[in-house]
Amino acid sequence: MRYSGFKVLKEALMGHKGWTPAWRDPEPQASYDIVIIGGGGHGLATAYYLAKEFKQKRIAVLEKGWIGGGNVGRNTTIIRSNYLLDGNEPFYEFSLKLWEGLEQDFNYNAMISQRGILNLIHSDAQRDAFVRRGNAMILNGADAELLTTAQIKERYPFLNTEDARFPIKGGLAQHRGGTVRHDAVAWGYARGADSRGVDIIQNCEVTGFRIENGKCLGVETSRGFIGAAKVGCAVAGSSGRLMAKAEMRLPIESHVLQAFVSEGLKPVLPGVITFGAGHFYVSQSDKGGLVFGGDIDGYNSYAQRGNLPVVEDVCEGGMAIFPAFGRARLLRMWGGIMDMSMDGSPIIDKTHIDGLYFNGGWCYGGFKATPASGFCFAHLLARDTPHPTATAYRFDRFEKGLMIDEKGMGNQPNLH
Amino acid sequence: MIIEHPLLGPRDAAEFTYLGDARLIDRPDWQSETAAHDFFEYGYLRDNPAGWHQELWFHEAGDRSWLVITRNTVTHEISKVELARDVARSRGRSK
Repeated sequence: MRYSGFKVLKEALMGHKGWTPAWRDPEPQASYDIVIIGGGGHGLATAYYLAKEFKQKRIAVLEKGWIGGGNVGRNTTIIRSNYLLDGNEPFYEFSLKLWEGLEQDFNYNAMISQRGILNLIHSDAQRDAFVRRGNAMILNGADAELLTTAQIKERYPFLNTEDARFPIKGGLAQHRGGTVRHDAVAWGYARGADSRGVDIIQNCEVTGFRIENGKCLGVETSRGFIGAAKVGCAVAGSSGRLMAKAEMRLPIESHVLQAFVSEGLKPVLPGVITFGAGHFYVSQSDKGGLVFGGDIDGYNSYAQRGNLPVVEDVCEGGMAIFPAFGRARLLRMWGGIMDMSMDGSPIIDKTHIDGLYFNGGWCYGGFKATPASGFCFAHLLARDTPHPTATAYRFDRFEKGLMIDEKGMGNQPNLH
Repeated sequence: MIIEHPLLGPRDAAEFTYLGDARLIDRPDWQSETAAHDFFEYGYLRDNPAGWHQELWFHEAGDRSWLVITRNTVTHEISKVELARDVARSRGRSK
């Protein structure tokens, strides 16, 4: 069924009796050509592009809970491509371009809103860094604009540019950045994949890999053995736990990141604003809630909930730059588990086991990468070669010294 | 989280900074034939378990001691806190 304005009108007149489920609920088959583990944004996008762009058949997505119940529904919905390094920026710009055409491509309203993102500058050193970053973005075909204090005053009149502790000296804007309704991303990809024959199997937990003579033959699941010529793992957050079943140790620690949303307010905030100096960023959702966050808690965790010191730290950051927001009441807060990698950048690569492929290590930046991650992982699974924008996301970059370390923090995952 | 410091008693986890897996105490032998690979594994690969995890915490805003804390990464429950110095010595270090 194709969704359209005409279809909505027709169903409104017919009593909404013609809508059907957006995807099937099939029983798992005995074997597939390609099995994707993880029914989150990245796994569903991978299946969608495998079927649509790479014309693969007999694909299944295995999800231990329900699709979209993990990090794709727990992030703060921001899309952007304001990276610095060569290994990253072309990939994230590719992702932003896919976002721009996504709703038409998968015929689903994901409420993609390019309302812009602004990184605030408070010091000379920060300005130097953002000028360099903006130039790197432009060199890679992305958009970037350095705003002066006067321009910021004009566009964001509610910001206090004269604050004694954090005077605003300018900002780096990416006008094509913005926000997306994250659940709809999972649902849109699921529907698009399902309509092209992909089996989306929920409540099916992978309990182990069947590996013989260095080749992966399939996966053991809570619903029996499922054979597969190729197995792709896309379970960021739980990568360590899953890959341990294949006796792999990863350059990844799992950490908890908290996010927050206030009660609904009338429009107060145009676009996304990041206050890096205070470890705080915020946007306003279409429902009116202020969606904000800050740093990860900083210790290994699979708990999907954090501790109070970071809540305090994030709220202090918010109060430092937006004192008015102190009047808003907090509606909800939650935690998601991040694959924090050793250089802050992801991995999309084959493993040393034949037929076993890995996608993970997204740190706290996985949501914006969803379309490109799916596209590049599908490219790798279908053709056995990396997509041109994802050639740097290799497993062996740590041993070879080819790290992609945006923040220059070294092998300390909780500092990225 | 409250950390039962062996010398100071219960302390707020906010006083501490976190380093990571307590296996970092066991530096590889730099003279070994396989030293380059051993240091890659030491520096970059982690077990990252869901469950009990031994890890290094530094009491930065306190007595500046290093602790080995046994903590459950699924529940955040802490079952054991030791001075890292004692753990390292029990493994034959710094004799």
